[in-house]
Amino acid sequence: MGKTFTKPEALSDQITHYCPGCTHGVIHRLVAEVIDELGIRGRTVGIAPVGCAVLAYNYFTFDFQEAAHGRAPAMATGIKRVRPDLMVFTYQGDGDLASIGMGEIIHAANRGEKFTTIFVNNAIYGMTGGQMAPTSMPNQRTTTSPFGRDVDDVGMPIKVAELIAALQTPAYIVRQAVLKPKHIVKAKKVIKQAFQYQMEGRCFSLVELVSTCPTNWGLTPVDAIKWAEDNMLPYYPLGEYKTPEAA
Amino acid sequence: MAKVLMKGNEAIGEAAIRAGCLNYFAYPITPQSEVAEYLVRRMKEVGGVFLQGESEVAVSYMIFGASAAGARVFTTSSSPGISLMSEGISYIAGAQCPAVFVNIMRGGPGLGGILPSQADYLQATKGMGHGDFRLLVMAPASVQEAVTMVMKAFPLAEKYRNPVMILGDGLIGQMMEPVEFFDDLKTDATNKDTWATNGMDHRGSSQRNLVKSLFLDPEALNQNNLTLKAKYDQMKQEEVRFETYNTDTDYQVLIVSYGTMSRVCRTAIDNMKKEGVEVGMVRPQTLFPFPEKQVLAAAKKKSCKSVASIEMSMGQMIEDIQISVQGKRPVHWYGKCGGDVPTPEEVTEFIHTLL
Repeated sequence: MGKTFTKPEALSDQITHYCPGCTHGVIHRLVAEVIDELGIRGRTVGIAPVGCAVLAYNYFTFDFQEAAHGRAPAMATGIKRVRPDLMVFTYQGDGDLASIGMGEIIHAANRGEKFTTIFVNNAIYGMTGGQMAPTSMPNQRTTTSPFGRDVDDVGMPIKVAELIAALQTPAYIVRQAVLKPKHIVKAKKVIKQAFQYQMEGRCFSLVELVSTCPTNWGLTPVDAIKWAEDNMLPYYPLGEYKTPEAA
Repeated sequence: MAKVLMKGNEAIGEAAIRAGCLNYFAYPITPQSEVAEYLVRRMKEVGGVFLQGESEVAVSYMIFGASAAGARVFTTSSSPGISLMSEGISYIAGAQCPAVFVNIMRGGPGLGGILPSQADYLQATKGMGHGDFRLLVMAPASVQEAVTMVMKAFPLAEKYRNPVMILGDGLIGQMMEPVEFFDDLKTDATNKDTWATNGMDHRGSSQRNLVKSLFLDPEALNQNNLTLKAKYDQMKQEEVRFETYNTDTDYQVLIVSYGTMSRVCRTAIDNMKKEGVEVGMVRPQTLFPFPEKQVLAAAKKKSCKSVASIEMSMGQMIEDIQISVQGKRPVHWYGKCGGDVPTPEEVTEFIHTLL
């Protein structure tokens, strides 16, 4: 009997540094499967953020650049402008993209840069140890909001997919989750769609993925999934916010 | 090719194209916005890349991404903009990517002014962003020299896989002078397949490339810094450029001055000669590496009583001169840093106080 399940070629065989229950591993695998299925490993360049996924390049087997905090969209712009034939994606968390890198992502999206952003939203800063993010939920306890996020003091969480979909230029803006198997199946579909649009030469695409951070949320992996379903999904509705067909 | 009359900023843009660099990312800032205004048209003509970024911060990372993907790439800015780019420049140096940055300096600190200045000497030579790295810094004293230095900057950046900075002042950018673009300074970009993220298929390799500046293992980071240091040591051996003026005389004072300021000093030296006062000058063309040996040799001349650092900054170059002179002669400073270029008369008056 032949093999029925193998590791994608685009994924390395290194053991990841991610915490138990972390959803980065799931997302890495989805991206790798999509790259394999599209046969683009030899012409893909990924850009790692600052945050837990800074070491993402250790787990992929194609060209990678490492960005400064929030600057991945500017680097992707540079690559894609000088080498339009390359497939380029940024992989960014919510502190990286929605806080320090908000300027870069908005302008790259608005110029219609022809790359794809995988935006991992777990409502907290992971690598620096659980500080409040622009996407942290109201009353969410973090190390820098120990009494819960006070929205009167720091505002409501930023809805990135909606914000970027408000721009006229971008081609494809979608939010999915990686909480339950049904989400993961859909997440792979939209990641693949985003890469396909890029292959067709369409402009900017962003896939926001509602994710968990059991360690910094102080929950078990199972409880973390439930917390995300109960608290994040009502505020961050899943679905397509912008498609090329609708534009 | 015959000489043409060009504004410095436009000539700098043209020089990059003539050097074989067809990729330009920039953000507008006075007094160098003409580079972008010139290149937006020219890049279209030559099939190059022009992009106005949303900030200097973003531009520095567009440069990083493009360079790391194997392209020859450059940007231009002025002092406050260079401060914003300094973050990206640190990453570019740490990740060992080539790139060319042109700083047409204006006065600071803060918004300062928009007139010529040399107040970014320390930033360019010693303090460009965090971490242990240096830029190769060249300082033109004419539009022609700016053109030549820009053209030479690309192969130098690739030789060292390190950012190169052209440090000009507002006058170099704004004035018009006759220039010639020498064809023999056009170079082909080096093969970057061993390190650039240009796509495995593109380079026909099954090995992926990784461009990064993070080394969590202390020994690996130390090793990266030793690799960088070896490059800077090599620059000190191979890239020092300078010019001397009136140093075959028994000069009493040695001026060290660069860029626009050095041209004023030449006139002052000529005027003093007519009065019977001999003054020599060393003009560094590279600020890093600094012509230490040449300044020392010129300062040690028997007739030379003292050395003067004459700059459009508040004594930023004086430390490099003191290090060079090793205490063998007193080192004085004269300068202005509000946007007015000191006149030959003012320089002469100062030199007289040293006689």
